[in-house]
Amino acid sequence: MRLFAKWRRRGVLGALAGALALSAMTLGATAALAEKIKVAAIYTLPVEQQWISRIHKALNAAAERGDIEYVWSENVANNDYERVMREYAEGGQQLIVGEVFGLERAARKVAADYPDTAFLMGSSFGPSGKNFSVFDNWIHEPSYLTGMIAGATTKSNVIGMVGGYAIPEVNRLMNAFMDGARSVNPDVKFLVNFIDSWYDPPKAKEAAFAMMDAGADVMYAERFGVADAAVERGVKAIGNVIDTSADYPNTILASAIWHMEPTIDRAIAAVKEGRWEAADYGQYSFMKYGGGSVVIDENLVPADVVKMVRDKEQEILDGLFRVNINDARPVSDM
Amino acid sequence: MMEFLDIFLNESFWTASLRIATPLIFGVLGALLCERAGVLNLGIEGIFVVGAMAGWMAVWMGASLWGGVLVAALAGAAFGLLHALLTVPLGLSQHVSGLGITLLATSAASFIYRTALPDVKSPPRITPFQPLDIPVLSDIPFLGPVLFQQTPLTWLALLMVALVWWVLARTPLGVAIRAVGDNPDAVAAQGLSVYALRIGAVMAGSALMALGGAFLTMSAFDAFFFGMVNGRGWISIALVIFASWQPGKALLGALLFGMFEALQVRLQTQAGALVPSQIFLMAPYVLSILALVFVARRADYPRALLKPWFKGQR
Repeated sequence: MRLFAKWRRRGVLGALAGALALSAMTLGATAALAEKIKVAAIYTLPVEQQWISRIHKALNAAAERGDIEYVWSENVANNDYERVMREYAEGGQQLIVGEVFGLERAARKVAADYPDTAFLMGSSFGPSGKNFSVFDNWIHEPSYLTGMIAGATTKSNVIGMVGGYAIPEVNRLMNAFMDGARSVNPDVKFLVNFIDSWYDPPKAKEAAFAMMDAGADVMYAERFGVADAAVERGVKAIGNVIDTSADYPNTILASAIWHMEPTIDRAIAAVKEGRWEAADYGQYSFMKYGGGSVVIDENLVPADVVKMVRDKEQEILDGLFRVNINDARPVSDM
Repeated sequence: MMEFLDIFLNESFWTASLRIATPLIFGVLGALLCERAGVLNLGIEGIFVVGAMAGWMAVWMGASLWGGVLVAALAGAAFGLLHALLTVPLGLSQHVSGLGITLLATSAASFIYRTALPDVKSPPRITPFQPLDIPVLSDIPFLGPVLFQQTPLTWLALLMVALVWWVLARTPLGVAIRAVGDNPDAVAAQGLSVYALRIGAVMAGSALMALGGAFLTMSAFDAFFFGMVNGRGWISIALVIFASWQPGKALLGALLFGMFEALQVRLQTQAGALVPSQIFLMAPYVLSILALVFVARRADYPRALLKPWFKGQR
């Protein structure tokens, strides 16, 4: 269905502008370093989606600073993704950002065909070739910290978790969250549910209601819909990737936030300085690079819990504490 | 085992079942009405999306909730009209036209959404329908919450079941609609317009489908997302066969699927450690297919379903 659901006004214009600019450059541009580099992003979902919104934000910020010219396509189906990658590469884009979870091998082949283009892709696997770099939302550290808050604030000792798909990047954050909760509350029990969709809020809501019926009083809101259910029943929720506390007053205890700026800014600098190579940018989502952070609603979380979490945050930043990385599918323990 | 039985004793399970079933009730009724008149409407999935988008967008732009419901129904009817014009007077393949409508309606909804909201950070929210919570009645043990803490759209869906049944079974118009799906020649011989009846039925059916979508954005949730219809239209198409084109059985089929889905969510949460979540996610569909196998063997298709009829040809 998404094949036709694309909306790529800016994409087409951008490709045109890119081609024009490229020919101008070959005509005798001298100050190559001062030029804005041309960046295109290809997203499989709309830019409102939590994960994608973080990349979009970082690229928009770079464009506003004047570092890049930014064009993007959203809602590109996986089976259409290669074509759009090629279009942008042919159109003279210097850096192409996106996500290849549904076409890992194919995307690496495309990148190999365009050795002069830099690719920075969200991926479950490693970098490849000379120009295919990867990133992901490695925010297991803030997830651990929000888990501590959930573990310390639950009264029923039951925490509900609704996830999209049980894939490594989802599992990793859930496991870190569970570790954090167990570290402060050994009695805590988890209910885990996957809805098999990134975007079905009514279904996520039903899953959340079922967990609340089973006693959950803190919800891990990985999907849209979970916090809505929490508001309706008056229970608390923990946010993930973005800060939604303004949309759900008195509900979001804390959120593990992903910042894509450290990753994007390093990638842009590498392209600008002509030293792009295939690398794993995943670490730039770690807290010590400012790629992850935790926001806490101090009106909802007791001060001693906040202090405990801030202390642990400092330990992570100082390199004294390392959050375990576990990609296995989390399971209910009730 | 006791935990398994406990699920069924919990009233919130039944409340959830009816809530999950609501968009399907609209969808099955809509598809049933189209097919009773002899037109398969595979545009259903796209019409769900249009209904979800149009109703929500109207409210977001300032219409009342019921105004939004009306806008959704009209938008659905408009795509129904397009499908009907292609398949009834022109007699084009109903499968191809229907799938085309789904693609067109889905992308039109995305296009309008993005054109109206080019730079939103997160999808804007509306204040959706709230549960009715009728005093006294809501306090009846068990039945109270299940029936009387639903939103008005669930009630509208139940009302529509009765209305469609009544029209089809008890009115001259219903006789004509059923006849046009079984034997259009006979209808024409009576001096009635086959085209008008079929076009009207497809438009009304499509309006009902759109209401199923509107329920998602105006009742089950409060914002529109691409892809949130997530196959609910296709399930409705399968449920029509399960229902043998009877409104009462359509309600039953939708409720059964709602129950499977509500059960799936609860079982996955309870026993996720033992069985992979994917098995549970598959369960409602597998159970529906099994139910279909047993029911569809005796299925009594409208005899003129999928058959174009042209004026003056016998």
